[in-house]
Amino acid sequence: MKPDMSVEIAGIKLRNPVMTASGTFGYGKEFADYMDLEKIGAIITKGLSLRPKAGNPTPRIVETPGGMLNAIGLQNVGIEAFIAEKAPFLRTINTPVIANLYGNTLEEYGELARRLDKVQEVAAVEVNISCPNVKQGGIVFGTDPRAAAEVVAMVREATIKPVIVKLSPNVTDIVVMANACAEAGADALSLINTLTGMAIDLQKRRPVLANVTGGLSGPAIKPVALRMVWQVARAVKLPIIGIGGIMTANDALEFLLAGATAVQIGTANFLDPAAAQTIAMEMERYLADNGIADVKELIGALRY
Amino acid sequence: MQYKAMVISNQEVSSGYYRLRMTAPKELAEAKPGQFVMVRVNNSIDPLLRRPFGIFDVGSFVPEYADVGRQTYLEILYKVVGKGTAMLAALHHGDHLDMLAPLGKGFAPGDAGEEKILVGGGVGLAPLYYLAKELVKNSRVHLFVGGRSREDVLCITEFERLGVETYVATDDGTLGERGLVTEVLEKQLQQGATAKTIFACGPYPMLRAVAAIAGRTRIPCQVSLEAYMACGVGACLGCVMKGRNHTEATPDYRCVCKDGPVFDYQELQWD
Ligand SMILES: Cc1cc2nc3c(=O)[nH]c(=O)nc-3n(C[C@H](O)[C@H](O)[C@H](O)COP(=O)(O)OP(=O)(O)OC[C@H]3O[C@@H](n4cnc5c(N)ncnc54)[C@H](O)[C@@H]3O)c2cc1C
Ligand SMILES: Cc1cc2nc3c(=O)[nH]c(=O)nc-3n(C[C@H](O)[C@H](O)[C@H](O)COP(=O)(O)O)c2cc1C
Ligand code: FES
Repeated sequence: MKPDMSVEIAGIKLRNPVMTASGTFGYGKEFADYMDLEKIGAIITKGLSLRPKAGNPTPRIVETPGGMLNAIGLQNVGIEAFIAEKAPFLRTINTPVIANLYGNTLEEYGELARRLDKVQEVAAVEVNISCPNVKQGGIVFGTDPRAAAEVVAMVREATIKPVIVKLSPNVTDIVVMANACAEAGADALSLINTLTGMAIDLQKRRPVLANVTGGLSGPAIKPVALRMVWQVARAVKLPIIGIGGIMTANDALEFLLAGATAVQIGTANFLDPAAAQTIAMEMERYLADNGIADVKELIGALRY
Repeated sequence: MQYKAMVISNQEVSSGYYRLRMTAPKELAEAKPGQFVMVRVNNSIDPLLRRPFGIFDVGSFVPEYADVGRQTYLEILYKVVGKGTAMLAALHHGDHLDMLAPLGKGFAPGDAGEEKILVGGGVGLAPLYYLAKELVKNSRVHLFVGGRSREDVLCITEFERLGVETYVATDDGTLGERGLVTEVLEKQLQQGATAKTIFACGPYPMLRAVAAIAGRTRIPCQVSLEAYMACGVGACLGCVMKGRNHTEATPDYRCVCKDGPVFDYQELQWD
């Protein structure tokens, strides 16, 4: 018997729990030559802002033990170009597309959600709150529960599409953030975004990244991500999308046990452009091999 | 495309420089000079990311080890500089590598019959050999090659065998003229050498100097750049360079992996 791999997040039906993480999968098309985009659960696009954004100076990326740091600086084509140039390709693919968005002010978040509300090929929005609020002198929405709740309420009001909030791990207590977003009307939570880190070139006595600090991703962050997913899943009723260092089907299944309903594949796409498809396929094989009829049986099924 | 390659040979051609020949699917015979490959050095997460290398050569041969008819091969020429390249240097015949290739945009060869100048610095010479093989079919080709010392000047005989005229410069004068390759190039151009296109690959300061020469002499010039890369397919935006009209308000970043690695020097902002 073929196991049932389907899951549902905030009313969106996914053929399997494997999505691609924002910023690691471009706008989908970049990977079409390497994999079947209709064999994964959903595609999450690069973070979109109201206007095109230049991003940071280079170097922007550096490899670290078991991971990488990036300081891309959210370079993106902007919402208008996304709708005009990127969405038409995504329309041709029978896989839900989730638009990741971020603003520099509360109002920008609202405006983005309003514009995306009318874009048919977007099944849901994922709100990246890990960016500084320029109006309030750069306080990060994602580390202040009250600011985060305001963003979520703003987006909630602006769209009828499901609202997924992507949490930053760079906080003292992620459960406080999760609760604040849940109360403000989030339909689902995704976690984690990258952990702030830094690399230094000893010879040059300089930071490696032009931006000095960057976001750590890859296998190195998986234990932190698993712990946070587990904590949030126990505290909050919303469906959770687990992210962080997933390289294999086993990694993904561990996130389900910790309480995630679905997962996102990020850095692994760089090592293997077919990673998301392979992981989905191998999860299914694991279920078949272990006589598990439905992937949903594994969600939160951690034994103590 | 993504494929598994088998190592055919992996020879040290000069101290710390290796030439790695591996099998390739027949589609790679269509790879253009200047395109590159992303090699997954091993299947573990250490090192994590793929490593980019220019295509040094593509051809075909009849293998002795299996009855499979003609087989396409691809070669890279690399310098051991860190963990990934050290691991590559340890590979032997029969080992396997996961490859993404061919990637990026290659050189535009220009019109047949015109004279061409190639400028290579150190291991930046790599993609110029495959290009030279193409160009010598119907053009006169001059190669200007520079390196720190004589061990850093690679594969000159291979170029000469193609009929390429070579000029060598080393920083310490152990081979060819003492000085920078761009000084030798400039001198030759002043002495009446002509060309309709310059193709350059090497360290950024060398490329900047070549671009300046191209600007002064008004000879069209294409440069092949390097950048730290994660994906190689235009998705991560880690590898960007500033386009000519880039400003903070009107961003114009080009991906080295997707829009390059070869650019017309006039497309870029040189700093
Ligand atoms: C398009 C392109 C073509 C290239 N062609 C060649 C070639 O034909 N022959 C050759 O010897 N080298 C070439 N390089 C450089 C080569 O990719 C690096 O030397 C190699 O990645 C170093 O890996 P490492 O693990 O040994 O070094 P480490 O220093 O340990 O690498 C650490 C990280 O930095 C990156 N890195 C280090 N140096 C460079 C560099 N110069 N350019 C880009 N990334 C770097 C690595 O990929 C890795 O992610 C090319 C680079 C690019 C972008
Ligand atoms: C190069 C790069 C760019 C990213 N860009 C974004 C982005 O635009 N928006 C966002 O919410 N997350 C972004 N992320 C974070 C990832 O979506 C993901 O949360 C993180 O990388 C952890 O997952 P991983 O370890 O599987 O990569 C980016 C990550 C990387 C490596
Ligand atoms: S290496 Fe990822 S965009 Fe060029």
